[in-house]
Amino acid sequence: MTDNNENSDVTPEEEGRVPKRVIGTPPSVGTQELLPREEPGEGGSGYVLDEKKARSAERVAAFFFTLTFLASIAFIFFYAVWPGHVGNIQRATRSNYTLGIALTLIFLGLAVGMTIWVRHLVTTKEIVQERHAISSTAEDREAFNEFFQKGAQESGLIQRKLLRRTLLLASAPLGLLPLVLLRDLGPLPEKKLRHTKWKSGTRLVVDGTGQPLKATDFNSPGGIITVVPEGAENNLDEIATSAVLLLNLPVDQLKIKKGRENWNVGGIVAYSKICTHVGCPAALYEQTTHHILCPCHQSTFDALDSAKVIFGPAARPLPQLPIGVDSEGYLIATSDFKEPVGPSFWERGRPKA
Amino acid sequence: MKWITAWRRRPWAGYAVVLAALAIIGVAYAGVSPRTDQAQASDAAASQQDVAKGKALFNQACSSCHGANAEGTKNAPSLLGVGAASVDFQVSTGRMPAMNLGAQVPRKKPIFNEEQTRQLAAYIASLGGGPGVPSKDQVNPDTGDAAMGGKLFRANCAQCHNFAGSGGALTGGKYAPPLDKATPRQIYEAMITGPQAMPVFNDTTVTPEQKRAIIAYVTQTRAEPNPGGSGLGRVGPVAEGLVGWLVGIGLMVVAAVWLTAKKPKKKQQND
Amino acid sequence: MSTTTPPKAIDGAIGYADERFAIAGFLRAKSKKVFGDHWSFMLGEIALYSFVILLLSGVFLTLWFKPSMSEVVYHGSYTKLNGVSVSEAYDSTLRISFDVRGGLLMRQIHHWAAVLFLASTMVHLLRIFFTGAYRKPREINWLIGIVMFTIAILEGLFGYSLPDDLLSGTGLRITQGVLQSIPLVGTYLFYFAFGDAFPGHDFIPRLYTIHVLLIPGLLLALVVAHLMIMWFQSHTQFPGKGRSNNTVTGKAFFPVFLIKTNAFMLFTFAVIAGLATFAQINPIWLFGPYTPDSITAGSQPDFYMGFLEGALRIMPNWETNLWGHTVSWNVMIPALVPLGLIMTGAAVWPFIEQWATGDRKIHNFADRPRNAPFRTAVGMTTVAFYGLLWLAGGNDIIADKFHVSLYATTWFFRFTIVIGPVIAFFVTKRICLGLQGKDADVLHHGVESGKIMRLPNGEFIEVHEPASEEEAAVLQGKDLLPAPELEEAEDENGVPAPSARGPLGKVRKNLNRAFAPDEVSVDGHGEGHHETGPHDDEQLASDGVETGGGKAISRH
Repeated sequence: MTDNNENSDVTPEEEGRVPKRVIGTPPSVGTQELLPREEPGEGGSGYVLDEKKARSAERVAAFFFTLTFLASIAFIFFYAVWPGHVGNIQRATRSNYTLGIALTLIFLGLAVGMTIWVRHLVTTKEIVQERHAISSTAEDREAFNEFFQKGAQESGLIQRKLLRRTLLLASAPLGLLPLVLLRDLGPLPEKKLRHTKWKSGTRLVVDGTGQPLKATDFNSPGGIITVVPEGAENNLDEIATSAVLLLNLPVDQLKIKKGRENWNVGGIVAYSKICTHVGCPAALYEQTTHHILCPCHQSTFDALDSAKVIFGPAARPLPQLPIGVDSEGYLIATSDFKEPVGPSFWERGRPKA
Repeated sequence: MKWITAWRRRPWAGYAVVLAALAIIGVAYAGVSPRTDQAQASDAAASQQDVAKGKALFNQACSSCHGANAEGTKNAPSLLGVGAASVDFQVSTGRMPAMNLGAQVPRKKPIFNEEQTRQLAAYIASLGGGPGVPSKDQVNPDTGDAAMGGKLFRANCAQCHNFAGSGGALTGGKYAPPLDKATPRQIYEAMITGPQAMPVFNDTTVTPEQKRAIIAYVTQTRAEPNPGGSGLGRVGPVAEGLVGWLVGIGLMVVAAVWLTAKKPKKKQQND
Repeated sequence: MSTTTPPKAIDGAIGYADERFAIAGFLRAKSKKVFGDHWSFMLGEIALYSFVILLLSGVFLTLWFKPSMSEVVYHGSYTKLNGVSVSEAYDSTLRISFDVRGGLLMRQIHHWAAVLFLASTMVHLLRIFFTGAYRKPREINWLIGIVMFTIAILEGLFGYSLPDDLLSGTGLRITQGVLQSIPLVGTYLFYFAFGDAFPGHDFIPRLYTIHVLLIPGLLLALVVAHLMIMWFQSHTQFPGKGRSNNTVTGKAFFPVFLIKTNAFMLFTFAVIAGLATFAQINPIWLFGPYTPDSITAGSQPDFYMGFLEGALRIMPNWETNLWGHTVSWNVMIPALVPLGLIMTGAAVWPFIEQWATGDRKIHNFADRPRNAPFRTAVGMTTVAFYGLLWLAGGNDIIADKFHVSLYATTWFFRFTIVIGPVIAFFVTKRICLGLQGKDADVLHHGVESGKIMRLPNGEFIEVHEPASEEEAAVLQGKDLLPAPELEEAEDENGVPAPSARGPLGKVRKNLNRAFAPDEVSVDGHGEGHHETGPHDDEQLASDGVETGGGKAISRH
């Protein structure tokens, strides 16, 4: 910080138009601007540079600007001449490094050069400038108020009640139009959230391959696989509600709920894979603890005990899909889910299952 | 030492120290990403001799926990019927013999060599049942369909091992280990035997062909370069956010401090 | 180098423009405007220039990106996905990455710029908050900042959702789940937003329009307003020698600030380009295409959504079923409360402060945070609240990398989210007061000079020199703060004024007291004096060291 008090030698022609440079207590009249920046060399107002140091700073800045120039040439060269940018991942890697390094140097060279320039070669001094008053003058406000009142009177809107009221009436519903227009964004939910693609007799097919699964094939204790309804393997909308986690659990440890006695096939149990919290796939299964965990928010369900919640933010168990075996030995659903799958919603309407 | 006292009193000294510390932490963090890939293959040719030698090894190293006849104790499960694949996985990954029983037995340098592993596997297999060690061809990643493998991996594996096989957390201090060191054979064996908390994907649910596809996906993914620069551990947005703050904002603050720093006093007196 | 007449070309250009737009007069006034020099005043510029990059790189990406959820079979340069059926959005993003020269670099630049945009917006907001730079006359610009921050978070969420990869699809799934659980209208909102079942075919095209047109347009308008207001009102400045509430100390816009801000813009570009070169971001080819039944360990959103994710994770599983209707507190509370508390709190804070302190003055000085302990403590409380939720959003990564139990991390955050902010409040307040004490000490007893002296009795002491004028001016900057005062809180008989009665009045009175400056004085002989007892003075005198105006010595 330097003291600029002595430097307030304003040229006569500027005096009068421009308030003086102020330090400390400013003059009371505040207007938009203050002193113009004085040209370096005139009366010693700017910093005087040590020419030797300045020249070396100039050279450093020039080096960085040249670096930018060369990097730009390199960038264009790499882009246009070098053939190996696209086509495989190795080329993409090389391309990203070459183009990226060149681009980084382009910006960095300019940035560093400019910083050295502004720090070592610009002679502008620090000054103190008065802040202009933010609010208008009292006269201005007064005058505007008067003008506004007069205009309002002249418009007739104040005296003519009918005009005013119908105008208000006319503008009231305008805001609703955009909302009305948005109605066709989507259909009404109706009962769609209550049903999935599963129905009695639908085969369980392995997700990703689409092959149906025999109960005798899914025979390893501790086994797990994701299944979807046959015919919905490629329909993401159906998978989003119908994905099921098929588990092979030790039948002697299963705590079967009343009414669900026929829902498993010799310890093979099917739970909805859609978390009851916010709908992520609850897919993480530990065969030692028989816990199903949702990797999104770590809701944990006990697979042995009707997938009841044992930890985390989910409030309800994963719905269980009743399954059986068809005449050929393939696993099938014996009905749809008995409750809506996935996250809760207002109309869900069933007390805790 | 005067300069350092003077330096310390500059207004930006505190920030500089913090930034330096952060940079050191960042470098240290980046240094931790080893990658090895050892290919090994062996035929599970179990001869009578192998079984005998395996039994001897078992008595010496395993029986204290798993029981004299591999029937299991309260410390360790029975090995009857687990099969050769399970033994090969546990021993070749160094998990068995276990040093101490924590939440999860970690991978470490194997104690037994390949031959001894085969002998141990032969002994346990001779006790009956269980899947065998897969053949070389079954685990050959070059013949697997990596695209199919990727689909299966995302549907069945990524929830624990992460999208790129970098591993993830399970409950109670357990974890799904990163797949950077697992050999193709070990990947196959893990799927078929379900070691520790991992569930089982038997050959009738996920066919050997599909397992080979998964192996192809895993091995190709880990060998593949990160085209966009450092992979940041391939753990997703958490690492990205950390880098954005520490490196991105850190460097920008350094630039801002440089641009606005007051020049040393003596230069100002040049006017 | 010093010329009085500009080069012909410039003179000609200015003349041409002037004869049409009277540009010389305008520029003459504007180019003289003074800008203060402090690194923390440049944080907002990071956001500004990141935004510029976002616009430029975003336009580049739109040339190839196809916002469509139609299924196509991928056949491209990334062979590991060959033959996999993916959405067109995902397909075209892969093509940008591997089949367009420089496409991957631009994608990464766009994403890193977004990360930097949000991160710098946050530090910029914190700077403004902690220095009280939101006070009159700058409240409206503060509000604009909060609005921009909020919609920038949305913009980021929508942006990273567009490629339709596994991670972003999971994010959309969570968004849908939250939407669906809103009481009364949730299912309707869900079907209107997605155009039918989830994921449907409409959502990404809709997000795209919002992401590339609606929000950027809004942001651009707000950025312009923000800058114009900033220019009109000028920056605040920190207290210092020769500074006053009615002046700005600094260097002229032209040439100094112009060069500096351009250099800083180029630094921003360089840092973002450097990150995009050396640090991979959002590798969607590794994530794979989105399918609603796939999920990856470590499913996290980008960092700015992290606090919402954390809130969802640590929330207990409360849900009520009444009269056949379900209210999911386990979703509603984390989705709305943290965001609402922080954003609404930040928005109304300047007005609360005004109301509580009765302070309607113009403030052109930036407070040093220590000099406003209550505000600083409230700020740190918010930072702690946000930071803990943020960390909780990565609890699985924490559990995995540090080998702690996953549930233990959840429980840790469930507790600390309640007590952490409270601790932060009191600790910050203590630290502020301590620092004020230190300031007072420096003013009264000087600063450690680094010179060690040995007293006749053998004791070593450090010579203290009085603070330099500059330093003293900064420390005394506290004097310039108005003491908050509630007008007419009580009349001369001690009867509370009508405005101070009633519950609202009591709140106001308590807040007023909270804002009130503490007893640490920087001008008189206040608390700062306690460290040196009479014994010291005696000793100093006996040692013949000048204690008056010159050097002072105190025990180190």
